[in-house]
Amino acid sequence: MTNQTSAEHVKDGGAVKTSPAIPVPGKIGDLIKPDNRLSIEKSDPGRRAVRFGNSLKAKENLPAALARKTAPRLPELSEFDVVRHYTRLSKINFSIDTHFYPLGSCTMKYNPKINEEAAALEGLANLHPLAHDKSSQGTLEMLYDLEKRLCALCGMDAFTLQPAAGAHSEFTGLLIAKAYFAKKGQRQRVDIICPDSAHGTNPATASMLGFNAINIKSGPDGRVDPADLKAHLGEKTAVLMLTIPNTLGIFESRIEEIAAMAHAAGALVYMDGANFNALIGIVKPGDLGVDLMHINTHKTFSTPHGGGGPGAGGIGVRKHLEGFLPVPRVKKEGAAYRTEFRSPDSIGKVKAFFGNTGVLTRAYAYLLMHSKQDLAGIAENAILNANYMKSRLQEVFPAHSSEHCMHECVLTPPVALAARGLKTLDIAKRLLDYGFHAPTIYFPLIVHEAIMIEPTETESKETMDSFVETMLKISAEGAADPQLLKDAPHTMPVKRLDEVQAARQPNLRW
Amino acid sequence: MFTANTQKDREEMLKTIGVSSVKDLLKQVPAKFLHPAFDLPGAALDEQQTARRMKVLAAANTAPLSFLGAGAYERYIPAAVKALISRGEYLTAYTPYQAEASQGILQTIYEYQSSVCALYAMDCANASMYDGASAFGEAVRAAVRVTGKKKVLCQETLNPQYLQTLKTYFANSAEYQFVAIPSKDGLVDADKLSALLGTDTACVAFQTPNFFGLLEDAPRISELAHKAGALVVAAADPAGLGSLTPPGEYGADFAVGEGQSLGLPLSYGGPYLGIFTCKKEFVRQMPGRIAGMTRDKDGKRGFVLTLQAREQHIRRDKAASNICSNEALCALSATIYLALLGPEGLKELAKANAGAAAFAAAKLSAIPGAALKFKGAFFNEFVLEVKGDAAALREKVLAGENIDIGLPLKELYPALGPGALLVCATETKTEEDILRLEKAIRENI
Repeated sequence: MTNQTSAEHVKDGGAVKTSPAIPVPGKIGDLIKPDNRLSIEKSDPGRRAVRFGNSLKAKENLPAALARKTAPRLPELSEFDVVRHYTRLSKINFSIDTHFYPLGSCTMKYNPKINEEAAALEGLANLHPLAHDKSSQGTLEMLYDLEKRLCALCGMDAFTLQPAAGAHSEFTGLLIAKAYFAKKGQRQRVDIICPDSAHGTNPATASMLGFNAINIKSGPDGRVDPADLKAHLGEKTAVLMLTIPNTLGIFESRIEEIAAMAHAAGALVYMDGANFNALIGIVKPGDLGVDLMHINTHKTFSTPHGGGGPGAGGIGVRKHLEGFLPVPRVKKEGAAYRTEFRSPDSIGKVKAFFGNTGVLTRAYAYLLMHSKQDLAGIAENAILNANYMKSRLQEVFPAHSSEHCMHECVLTPPVALAARGLKTLDIAKRLLDYGFHAPTIYFPLIVHEAIMIEPTETESKETMDSFVETMLKISAEGAADPQLLKDAPHTMPVKRLDEVQAARQPNLRW
Repeated sequence: MFTANTQKDREEMLKTIGVSSVKDLLKQVPAKFLHPAFDLPGAALDEQQTARRMKVLAAANTAPLSFLGAGAYERYIPAAVKALISRGEYLTAYTPYQAEASQGILQTIYEYQSSVCALYAMDCANASMYDGASAFGEAVRAAVRVTGKKKVLCQETLNPQYLQTLKTYFANSAEYQFVAIPSKDGLVDADKLSALLGTDTACVAFQTPNFFGLLEDAPRISELAHKAGALVVAAADPAGLGSLTPPGEYGADFAVGEGQSLGLPLSYGGPYLGIFTCKKEFVRQMPGRIAGMTRDKDGKRGFVLTLQAREQHIRRDKAASNICSNEALCALSATIYLALLGPEGLKELAKANAGAAAFAAAKLSAIPGAALKFKGAFFNEFVLEVKGDAAALREKVLAGENIDIGLPLKELYPALGPGALLVCATETKTEEDILRLEKAIRENI
């Protein structure tokens, strides 16, 4: 399998020798020949793909003093080389289109293909972000309608779609909170309270904006303990940040009381909407006392995750925070839409231009296809699926919570396996051998050896049954032959990778 | 709508769980919050109707012949880029948390980091930021973190969108000082820069070409900054770097760019690609994901996400940044685009842009009542000064000819006067396009 020859080619920043790899026959049925060369190692000087002629024959006026001295060391390939290289790489990759991908808190649901067609329409894809409003009526109408629909779903009064991702939305939301308190003359509010089950982005965002991240301990049932919260609330509290349902897949049942306490202390309640898939169409966060919240289109609204992005975010706010939203806003006057840049209290911009409109287009197409009942069906099926998985697995993989879960559940490894020195990581790696992407592991941090499973509403019972049976099989395998799991994966293009070496002697480029 | 469970499935699943309905699973949600009224259209569109609706919206954008630039550029996107990034294996994967099952994505990230390092002549790159403006904001933040100083000198002719984003990246806080470096003839005034530089300066932050399309004397700016002990944060348009001095050649400490030019559609502002690079001594100050090459237990080459101790999921409130999702698929587009063009193609691209803009500038400045505002060298856009009001001229030509002549600058830079217009011509513009623009301006000025 291993192609040691080419593995030697790249050393930290050193010269690359580009001798061809020795082809090694793969398994029968293995369509992808083992070849782990980089594009630069396939490069052949003088080979060309895309060319740009200069039909204008105009003399450019680039000054000689600012001419590049050394050509960039980029691969020289034919178009066919490039296509084959990146097609091959795509085949050594798990994705939702090819594999069940139950990453908890990431909502890896099916991404409808019509979304892609919509976003690629030339009229939308070619629109310049500074185009005149008169040239942009179609896009502006779409964005306006999308904001309106999101407001309705979330129980919010206004939405900005400028943030490019979830964490970027949190950043935008906390900036809004900061501006709100500054305007009220309450700059002493510098504390952001988050439960210890929160995503890392919550405290990271707080400190990025100069707030203090205050951690509160989750109660034994995984929920915020109102008494403990009360002890932390005060005149320094700016925002209570809650993920609802939280990362344990549990709804904050006492949210009304919690929100009232935060409000009584003069603080705002922010909802991290990473888990909104559990609430869509059945609960409006605005009803819960939430002042502002974010959504992730790449989670709840089916836009593709793209191997790590792009996503798109959005912050919904209640009336008292609307004036602080980033610019531009889309306004409707009569039948016409326009962009409004004048907004005296606005926080400004968190990125250039409007937002990740191409991603928002996909979310919009998705929303168009769902009636109110369909939207409720998303949450209900997500919850049903998660509880089904939990019910079938929890005898062998003890659940963190004995309650029914919302859209995801947190399990732990079988006791018998732990006794044999096996970790969650070993189970995760063995799952790959059976063609399943692993769940989210070691998160939330408050659960030892956590296995966080989110099947989403788009998976079938058949797929889930097959996953459950595989998990049970792995448990039996681990009991009989722990080494089999410790050495997993056995069938991937590479075996377990040395992360320590990667960090100690970083090799980050050719 | 896209759910898979049949009624039979649901019944079997509920039975396994031991409840009679989904309602029983929702007991932790106070009943008063469940199933409220939603002010939403009741009916849904089917797929065909949705496709039709989206086409109607797309057609309501009037698609003028456009000479807009100002930080986002009309580009030719090679077919192979679009074909490859449409593959579900890339499109529908997520951050490669399980490295062994994500070698494809991880290798492409490594190739991306390598390609942009090569293009910018820098040591290290991360796996991407949201866009050029946010990458610029994060780079200045890193420079402030490294130096412990709070004064940032910013070029006066910085893209205003970048400046606004930069300020929010510092929480709009008065604790940090952003000082504008005055310009002369549209370029950084080196004497004024020297006078402003002091031991309290964290960095000099600038872009080249600048907002007016002019090429800054970046080596000189960098030299002055370093002499005063300040760091250099440079933003450069990657489309020019096949021919123009890359930031690494003038010693930039952090170099960023808007990667939209590398194979991404305009899409009304995003998704774009924040290119973020730095010198190797600052690698642990980089925000975001980084892929690294390593070996598996058999010694075979493989790739992982690395140096994660900087990141939010490990360090929480002590992280270098809060970024989690990035623009991975956009980075993949850029990687494929760069592989398709290679060093020669990039040189041709730069020349095609500079040539188109030079041709347009020559034609437009020959119109009576129009002249170039600045005499410095430019890349693919320039400021044209027309007599009268440029915004009114834009409206008129747009209405009459469906040509967008460019961005009027009077609101952003009142000092330039009402006639200043930023005109951009990239490789997508033909001689015929530019002659149409020339005729439209000549007849309507």
